[in-house]
Amino acid sequence: MSPPLVELRGVGFAYPASGEGRAHPFRLADLSFEVGAGEIVGVLGPNSAGKTTLIRLLTRVLEPATGSIVLEGRPLRRWRSAELARRVAVVPQGVPPQFPFTVEELVLMGRYPHAPDRYFETQVDRASAHAAMEATSVLEFATQRLDSLSGGERQRAVVARALAQEPRLLVLDEPTAHLDLRYQAETAALLRRLNHERGVTILLVSHDLNLAAEVCDRLLLMAGGRQVAVGPPEAVLNEALLATAFGCEVTVEKHPTTRRPVVQPTWRADAPSIGRGDAPTTKGG
Amino acid sequence: MSPAHRLITLLGVLAAVLVLAGAVALFVGSAALSPRAVLDAVTGRASAESVERVVTLSIRFPRIAVAILAGGALAVAGVAFQALTRNPLAEPSVLGVSAGAAFGVVIGQSLGLGPGLLQAAGLTAFAFAGALLAAAAVYLIAAAGRELRIQTLLLAGVIVGIFFSAAITVVVSLLDFNRLGGVIHWLLGNLAPIPPRPLALFAALLAVGFGLVLAHARELNLLALGEESARQLGVHAERLKLVIFVGAALLTASVVAFAGPIGFVGLIVPHALRMLVGPDNRLLVPASLLGGGVFLLVADTVARTIVAPAELSVGVITAFCGAPFFVWLLRTRYRGSV
Repeated sequence: MSPPLVELRGVGFAYPASGEGRAHPFRLADLSFEVGAGEIVGVLGPNSAGKTTLIRLLTRVLEPATGSIVLEGRPLRRWRSAELARRVAVVPQGVPPQFPFTVEELVLMGRYPHAPDRYFETQVDRASAHAAMEATSVLEFATQRLDSLSGGERQRAVVARALAQEPRLLVLDEPTAHLDLRYQAETAALLRRLNHERGVTILLVSHDLNLAAEVCDRLLLMAGGRQVAVGPPEAVLNEALLATAFGCEVTVEKHPTTRRPVVQPTWRADAPSIGRGDAPTTKGG
Repeated sequence: MSPAHRLITLLGVLAAVLVLAGAVALFVGSAALSPRAVLDAVTGRASAESVERVVTLSIRFPRIAVAILAGGALAVAGVAFQALTRNPLAEPSVLGVSAGAAFGVVIGQSLGLGPGLLQAAGLTAFAFAGALLAAAAVYLIAAAGRELRIQTLLLAGVIVGIFFSAAITVVVSLLDFNRLGGVIHWLLGNLAPIPPRPLALFAALLAVGFGLVLAHARELNLLALGEESARQLGVHAERLKLVIFVGAALLTASVVAFAGPIGFVGLIVPHALRMLVGPDNRLLVPASLLGGGVFLLVADTVARTIVAPAELSVGVITAFCGAPFFVWLLRTRYRGSV
């Protein structure tokens, strides 16, 4: 059996106590899991579970304090930066607005790790960017500025930028944050297509339990910097585990058509004051 | 059109405009020389001691060269600071870096450094130290929070600028009160002819600063995505920031040492060029070198002719253009982000 694409063994990390303005400095402890080639793995958990820290560790923006991360059988710290960026690509939550590049300019930035010393991109780079834009259906916007696109279109442009890196592992950071329902369905379809057609391994970091249940082969549930459970969606999306991780009661049912788990908070009249979804008329008193 | 073709076209157009502006600047000025006399001087038909030859070749020509070099350097420094701070309003004078360099120059002068090649090198070294000091101070003040916010950075720049201007006034008042008027004139930014050897040194320093920025133009595009994203794309962000910081400070310091702290060129020129070619630094950095030269040359030609036979400081012209431009940028393009 071939080794896993990424393997974490007892990974721990702590931010320095000062400077971050936190009363309790955040720590990540004893993270051990692996991502096999071709898998779609979801990383779930409430705010401050350690999801973002995990992405930073995987891309070597941060170095683990304990344990080790191994990519393709080689310790992560032994990879050169450009080499690593040709294997692991991150889709961040957005693009800073200060300098409005066009979609094509953004996507071509993904070619940087393939030849960092070159001033302009080559025909090969342009072909790769073209294919990436085609895969995420943003080719028609190629010459448009990012600030002229809708949130969903912009996000697809950022995915195309990551695909232009031609990575083996695509890491998505909250791809559906701030985006509406239709876009969530589009994202699910896009991720499946990338996985099937291009053979990209995907790590989906998300709040969105149902999106993850829908597309992921396996899930990692985190809370408070610790790993709560790893396994197939049916095992991890379990009412008791989710209640522990999120600190609230949830109901898990089966989706009527896909048979995948669907998670909902349990709306209760005696729940704490927020979240009384059954009484919209009381809003604003 | 591919970026390479766009760059060649853009540089061709800018070079043509630069040659044209240079030719015009050679023919106008407070000494009443006929176009014929200027042509005679340029083609070597006028005698070596003739008025037209001295005015054209020893006064106007070096001044044109200084204007082009200083303008190019300031515009490139502007692009570099904007990319470095991810703040489109950053610029050597707005960030207080020019004032820091000017403080260095005043300290150097107070130690007796005057004209001449070695002294010019010494003054530039003082200016460079002052520029680094001011830029580091701005960065430390603005980066006190978790991220570098646009408004905090601008405020920090203004404060550091005021501090160094005050320090300059103190130093000059203590040393030679009679010089204060001249220093204030110089602080506005003033171009004057430079002898050939110091001029060559100026050009060489600019070449180094420009080379540092140009060599990293592609990485600067990636830095616009945020430092974390740039690192995830394989950019050595810490090294990049240090190199650009040094390059931009060197460009600013040389201009301040050889011409004075001329403001706003680094704001106006890169923005005008962005409207033409977008935010790609690989086009902006080389285009700013020529575009900055054109802009400051035109501004200086206006400065020395508009109230003839008297002359204005070129810094007055750039400030009169730059201040309204800055306000316009604030109120239109960066309304949401500031």
